[in-house]
Amino acid sequence: MTMRVALFATCLADQFFAEACADAVRLLRHLGVDVDFPERQTCCGQPAFNAGYKAEAARMAAHTLSVFEDAEYVVLPSGSCAGMIRSYYSEISDEGPALDLGKRTFELSQFLVHVLNVETLGRGLSGKTVAYHHGCHALRELGVDSEPIALLSGAGAQVVPWEADKECCGFGGLFSAKLPEVSAAMADRKLDTLPNVDFVTSGDGGCLLQLSGRSQRRRVGASGVTTPFRHIASALWEGVG
Amino acid sequence: MSRVNPGAYRAASARTIQNEPGVRDSVGSATRTFDANRVRAFGQIDSERWRDWARDVKTHALTNLDRYLEEAEMRLLANGAHVHWAESADDALRVLADVVARHDIRSAVKGKSMLTEELGVNDHLEQLGVRVRETDLGEYIIQLLGEPPSHIVGPAIHKSLDDCRRLFHAHLGTAPDATPETLAAAARDALRQDFLAADLGISGGNFLAADTGTVALIENEGNIRLSTSLPRVHVAFVGIEKIVPRLEDLSGLLQLTARAATGQPIGNFVSLIQGPKTNEEVDGPEEVHVVLVDNGRTELLADDVAWEALRCVRCGACLNICPVYRQTGGHAYGWTYSGPIGAIIAPGMLGLAKALPLPHASSLCGACVDVCPVRIPIPDLLLHWREQAVEEGLTTTAETIGLKAFTALAERPDAFSAAGALLRWTPWSAAGRSLPILGGWLQERSAPHPSQKSFRRLWEEGIE
Repeated sequence: MTMRVALFATCLADQFFAEACADAVRLLRHLGVDVDFPERQTCCGQPAFNAGYKAEAARMAAHTLSVFEDAEYVVLPSGSCAGMIRSYYSEISDEGPALDLGKRTFELSQFLVHVLNVETLGRGLSGKTVAYHHGCHALRELGVDSEPIALLSGAGAQVVPWEADKECCGFGGLFSAKLPEVSAAMADRKLDTLPNVDFVTSGDGGCLLQLSGRSQRRRVGASGVTTPFRHIASALWEGVG
Repeated sequence: MSRVNPGAYRAASARTIQNEPGVRDSVGSATRTFDANRVRAFGQIDSERWRDWARDVKTHALTNLDRYLEEAEMRLLANGAHVHWAESADDALRVLADVVARHDIRSAVKGKSMLTEELGVNDHLEQLGVRVRETDLGEYIIQLLGEPPSHIVGPAIHKSLDDCRRLFHAHLGTAPDATPETLAAAARDALRQDFLAADLGISGGNFLAADTGTVALIENEGNIRLSTSLPRVHVAFVGIEKIVPRLEDLSGLLQLTARAATGQPIGNFVSLIQGPKTNEEVDGPEEVHVVLVDNGRTELLADDVAWEALRCVRCGACLNICPVYRQTGGHAYGWTYSGPIGAIIAPGMLGLAKALPLPHASSLCGACVDVCPVRIPIPDLLLHWREQAVEEGLTTTAETIGLKAFTALAERPDAFSAAGALLRWTPWSAAGRSLPILGGWLQERSAPHPSQKSFRRLWEEGIE
């Protein structure tokens, strides 16, 4: 029987990483999975939850729970939103359904490695040097650590060590706009230590917007071009070759 | 205390980042060294089990606080110490003023203590005409500079070696290029005179064991040992949350605290003080006063979520790992306790309105969860205070309206995707800077590039 996956594109990736979401669909289909896109999906509620708006977050959680009620698996191109569902929904909505949805919810690379048991995708990244940024919530809430790196390496990429790869990029949702100076200094630490690579990748669009936006701002007036920042869904689809 | 000003956090942190890049370098490299040492030291023990144990001991003590404090008082009195209860900073300073008057104190030496910073002890002593000398090397440096500590364990963490060379050259006449060893020796010589002249020694207390009335102090330089044994009077200020049931509990707690703080198996010196010197003893103070300080701690204890922060042993591990703290050091937080721990105890101890925006000074990255020796769920407590701020109406109107509108949209998928389209077509760089949320973003970053079409649209068109 074919496995069915509901893609939760997430509100941020829907607007800013649409092609990466499409690549996630291509990748999942390539691996023999049927992909749905439940059209009533919106936002997981994390921005409100992290800002302290628990009642509003609870409403978005209730909506999301109803959207994915019947999904066999929910896969997200975001460790942070997946972490929100898995770690916090049971605090703000009906515990039973919330825990149940949590168990069916996966970040993309986590799903590939732990559910689909993918070992190698292809050799599409042969000869590429890559730096991987660990999104904090993927790393610490979901325990996604070696999975994306194994998938990238397996596709032929050389994942270059990065001193600050597990340090926060400074995004933090509204944090980045409320305390922009500290947030930018955190991104600077990442960028200052970034090795010379063909591209930087991560499983979270928020982190990528933060790092690429800061990187471009720092280069204003300078001659160099910034290192490309790519969503891991696109990198892995390229990895298929 | 005039220095309490968390409200200025954004301006202060921005100023440090923009005008004092050396602070970020010094704090960054010192905290990374501290943390690397902690990782090694935790790796040498079954740190998960130790941390569970320490959490349970501290939780037990806090849930039986009244009983253990009374037991500690009884024991200390039996040991010949004086015990004072201070509900507020003013109460604590009055105890000190009485001691100063009764013993005609002219000069005091102090061991490192964050509680005495919180209380404003140095300023108060100076007003009383008492010359007070900080004797921890880091504290000595910042006292000469007239600055508050920037870190719980390393008060001068924001200063570089060159900063210290210049300072000691000016104050102690050391060579402009003196080695760290020479600088330390010069401080030691200067401090020796202060120790010999002092008639009052002041300390904090890392732990207070109830069963024996024992104030435990951890340090590396021997200055606390001298401050608490050489002068004829010793006053120890101890926060009421420092209580633990038994002397035996100290064995694990002292080791775990040192491992978390600096990666040492235990501090170079541990002093266990139970009272004044006895008739048979040659060394030690004639009089010991233990001041049990509340100053907002029972307010924090009464909060049914945030009370867990009172387990804190002040090791500084959460500061060391915190990517936010690392950018600025402690001064930007505008309060004695900085970093993640400062941000979760400030609302309980100072009041939430006064403590804002500290609970927001975190990206919620969660790095601190893995390091806390007493397992304080720091990100959960930050969220708790953010929720309280919303409940108490302490947020900006723009933010509240924005999030409520966003939520209403998120419950209406069609409207949500229409709003998304509008967002993608907004000429951000031109329009954004005046807007509440976008403005903050665009101040430090280039405008993001939305996708040509939303994913929803791509899906509708069909993905090849």
